[in-house]
Amino acid sequence: MTRHRAWRTAAYAFMIVACLAWLVPVLFALYVSFRPNAETSQYGYVSLPHHLTFQNYVSAWDQSDMLRFFGNSVLITIPAVIVTLLLASMVAFVVTRVNIKVNLALLLLFTAGNLLPQQVIITPLYRLYLLIPLPGFLSASGYLFDSYTGLIVINVAFQTGFCVFVLSNYMRTIPGEMYEAAEVDGAGLWGRYWRLTLPLCRPALAALATLLTTWIYNDFFWAITLISTGGKRPVTSALANLQGQFVSNQNLIAAAAMIVAVPTLVVYLLLQRQFIAGLTLGSTKG
Amino acid sequence: MIHDVAVRDQSRQGKRAPGSRRRRPGRRFSRRDILIVAAMLAIPVLGDIAFIWGPALVSVALSLFQWNGVGGLHARGCVPGGLFPDNGCFTGWQNYHQAATNYPPFWPAVQHNLIWLGVFVAFATPLGMFFAVLIDSGLKGSRVYQTVLFLPVMLSLALIGIIWEFFYSPNYGLINVVTGHNTNANLIDWLGDPSINLWSVLIEASWRQAGYVMVLYLAGLKAVDPTLREAARIDGASAWQTFWHVTFPSMMPMNVVVAVITVIESLRAFDLVYITNKGTNGLELLSALITSNIVGETSRPGFGSALGVVLLVISLVPISAFLYQMFARRQPR
Repeated sequence: MTRHRAWRTAAYAFMIVACLAWLVPVLFALYVSFRPNAETSQYGYVSLPHHLTFQNYVSAWDQSDMLRFFGNSVLITIPAVIVTLLLASMVAFVVTRVNIKVNLALLLLFTAGNLLPQQVIITPLYRLYLLIPLPGFLSASGYLFDSYTGLIVINVAFQTGFCVFVLSNYMRTIPGEMYEAAEVDGAGLWGRYWRLTLPLCRPALAALATLLTTWIYNDFFWAITLISTGGKRPVTSALANLQGQFVSNQNLIAAAAMIVAVPTLVVYLLLQRQFIAGLTLGSTKG
Repeated sequence: MIHDVAVRDQSRQGKRAPGSRRRRPGRRFSRRDILIVAAMLAIPVLGDIAFIWGPALVSVALSLFQWNGVGGLHARGCVPGGLFPDNGCFTGWQNYHQAATNYPPFWPAVQHNLIWLGVFVAFATPLGMFFAVLIDSGLKGSRVYQTVLFLPVMLSLALIGIIWEFFYSPNYGLINVVTGHNTNANLIDWLGDPSINLWSVLIEASWRQAGYVMVLYLAGLKAVDPTLREAARIDGASAWQTFWHVTFPSMMPMNVVVAVITVIESLRAFDLVYITNKGTNGLELLSALITSNIVGETSRPGFGSALGVVLLVISLVPISAFLYQMFARRQPR
């Protein structure tokens, strides 16, 4: 049994060291964000603090138009999440509950589409976005390119595949008798989707909503390629520009990064279980 | 109620013409149902084709053209010579040939993508699996370890790139100060020196990937029947033997998911190198080359598409493996 105990001790030591190593980069940036630039340029980041201040946060917020970028993120993320879940649940319902010949093909189409690296499709997509006109109330640029609508559309199209996969796996677990009973009670196809399936899928929808919100909020690639006006970018991609703007004051960048991390940290602290459920639903119930 | 359904189904089947081989109960659709199904599928299917698969296929066609993005495409061969290069013309395999022979960042990018994949396969993914196994073995405080190690998965890669710049900063950064490499005489420029910056970024990427894999395997481990492991232990198997011969094989669906994610994530890798130095100077990746052909000064959609097709062909390997595991083995409904 001593061998067992030695193994346990080693396991604890390993996990504690790993956790510390995991936290260091985040805590270090957090530490830098609380220190005045004048102090760190004199003593370096690795030094004891003379002053700890929120001033970097205030300055980063004021000087960067951060509120507008957050507003952009909200305008893009919320519609994208709702539309994705609506469309994906409809496809998943048809695929699992309606016997048509193309079901497997549909499922393959959506699942495989979600696995493509974004860069595979970006070149033609970029040209396509420059070709599709939009009315003025949907896009100030007049095209899908450089518009909120365009960014919502690509996020929806890209994430629907994953959600179809997860939701169809989930819907498969609903017993068929419930549908037969609903049919006897006179529920049509739409009723069986809207009033029976969707309420039963609430846990999966909640998990996916958490996951999608985080992913779309965190999106960087679509925003930097399909939005050319800096002021229209959501906050995650706007960070890249802030890096240039604050190049002489790295402490402000640290503070800005921490501000941008806040929404994901809220999800992390409050909805971690939902997030993990969303990640693992698709792969465990296959 | 169930009885009712059965009775009704039988009556329906009775009405069907003799010789009909359809035996599925109660599944004939009214015209209204067909319209509803069509309406439910129309937007997502058209969207998926227009914005995902359409562009993927178009990129194959575009890759065969020499085009600077201005003016239309013509179905004629390119005319060599002239003051300006011919534009919008069919050039066959020329873009691929040029990428392989006359585009200096191409082979470094391929090599870096392969190194990325290698590090994920040999280091990040096994590390994540190891975390999961340790946490699942019932250490005290396992919830805390899981929460800490999972943190990077929530953060955007762009943010991760910025956070680590403080850690790697040449003069002030934690790593150089602690190791005493922060004087101008012996600075190590972790993110700037092209001979090491790929490895520095790979540490950032692994920091996230390990947490991701850990969460997936924790779910996989929970699904393993505990009596299997118990039996192996009673038979005298060591912890390692139990894991390798019993636990690991019984997590088969999850292993495929993790393998696919490992490969796909290393092909998708982009944000970290782009936020660090736009994917240049030691950090070239296929994804970054494609992007710089769009957002950079030189717009060459034909050439960019050729690079995209290279990435497409490579990624079809893990995608097919995933689809095969998930769907081909499962009984179609």
